[in-house]
Order: sequence, then C-alpha cells, then structure tokens
Amino acid sequence: MSVNADLQGAQYSLETPFDVGREAIAEFARSVGAAHPAHFDTDAAKELGYADVVAPTTFAVIPSQRCEALYIANPDAGIDYSRVVHGQEQFTYTRPIVAGDRLAATTHVDGLREAGGNAMITTRTELTDAASGDAVVTVTSTIVVRGEK
Amino acid sequence: MSDTTARPALASVDVGQTVIDTTIPVSRADLIAYAAASGDQNHIHWNERYAKEVGLPNVIAHGMLTMGSVLARVTDWTGDPGSVVDARTRFTSMVVVPDAETGVPSTPTAELALTATVGAVDTDTGIVRLDLAVTSDDEAVLGRTQVKVRLA
Repeated sequence: MSVNADLQGAQYSLETPFDVGREAIAEFARSVGAAHPAHFDTDAAKELGYADVVAPTTFAVIPSQRCEALYIANPDAGIDYSRVVHGQEQFTYTRPIVAGDRLAATTHVDGLREAGGNAMITTRTELTDAASGDAVVTVTSTIVVRGEK
Repeated sequence: MSDTTARPALASVDVGQTVIDTTIPVSRADLIAYAAASGDQNHIHWNERYAKEVGLPNVIAHGMLTMGSVLARVTDWTGDPGSVVDARTRFTSMVVVPDAETGVPSTPTAELALTATVGAVDTDTGIVRLDLAVTSDDEAVLGRTQVKVRLA
C-alpha cells in the first residue's frame, strides 16, 4: 500500500463545528502543565480582556487532528497509521481560542511527496469562527509515513 | 511555583537574554492524562508491548505533549495564555517514557530540559521571538523551535 498522490490539494471539513468548553480547556491545560489562572477561572481571563477562559496554545490540535483524521484515516489516502511519525507542527494565531467558541475546520492536503521510501505529507487546517467565518488559527502539520523495510 | 500572572514588559527584554531555563519531568501517568485530554489515544503512547512490536524502544511521549508542555512554560512566562501569535517546531527525536520500575506510575521516568532565549524584539508590533532548545538525555527532541509572543 502506498500513499495516494492524487489527493494533493484535496480538502476535508468537519461536518459539525467544534464546541470549545471550559472543562476541556482546564483538562488540557492540566495535562500540559499550564498553570496560568486564565485557563481555569473566567474572572482571571476577563481581567486580561478575554470573554472567557483561554485555551493553551496547542489546544488547537484537538479540532485540527480530528479534521486531519478525515484525510489520514480515509482508506483512499493509503496511509498506514502504524507507520506514521510526527515531523513538524506550527500554529499561526489570528486570535486566541476561548471557551464558547464554535470552530469550523477544513484540512487542506498541501504537500505530498515520497523520498527514500518514506512519504512526507503536509496538511494545513484552517480553524475559523463557525458563525462569522473569521480566521482563528492555522495549524500546519507534517507527518512522515515510514516505508516498508 | 513561579508567579504565572506577572507580565514581563517589552522594554525589559533584550536579544540574547535567556528568559526560561527549567526542567519538566515526564511520567507514564502524564502520557495517559494527555491522551485523555487531547483525544490522541495512539497505543504507542501507553502500551509497552505494542510500542515494541511496532519497532519502538518503549512507550514514547506524544510529540504534541512535548510541544504543549514547553509552550505552557512560555505562556506562564508571558503571564498571558493568549500571547502566542506563532509557534513552530520539528520533532527531531523521541522522548522514551518507560513505566516506573517501582511505586506509582506518576513517578517521572523522563525529563525535558528547556531554555528559551530572546531571538528578536520588534518594538513597533510588541512581538518578541523566543528561540527554544528542548532536550531529553542531552539529545535535542525539538528542533528549530521558534515562538512569537506579543508583550505589552
């Protein structure tokens, strides 16, 4: 099985928006050791000018990886997930994610190439405000699918 | 624990200055907690038998747990969790997290060393670039890690 190069440029969107909740933000913050009270306490977040508790920077991987999975786990993609390693990750924020956000997500297959038996795949997932369409954060991820020995 | 609400002023940071120099312990229990919080429940992050069957030395940490843990220290330093405008990294080496040989599984069996140095200061936009070095067992686990934060 090899990676399907025809999917370069394909895009996949979450069927329903991702609802960002306070408890999910708090649990994620604890799991990465983020200690700032604005992750946990609405009043502390408001003191900094935010509408509600603020998500840690990498919280965006939850909706983005869910959307990327529509591509990666699709049998048409030809990706053997047991051979996948994470290569690179980048977050480019227009504004922070806060509790109460409803995020739409679309993953674009931007780069797809094979080298030395391995496949390198770069996806770009745009997370936007589901109601307004305004940009929130762009998550760019590169995975490497290790070739069969 | 350091004060996470103190906010360093833009005027107080200089290029070349080291602003974070710390270590982050990692336990098998941390991987389980991250798997639950993130939804990334890939077996290689919690099951030793499976990890070895697919050719890994042992259970390894999620790359995103490593990136998330160091970025949490960055936002704790800025005093504003929404201060990151851009963060990028390369995963250059695995963080192996064996089960603790004795005692509770929350006993750390790996450690990350993190230093963050000021790479650039843009006084017009208030954006400061931090260059991060992240190692485990003296080996770089994240490479070319740059974080741009907005300071007041």
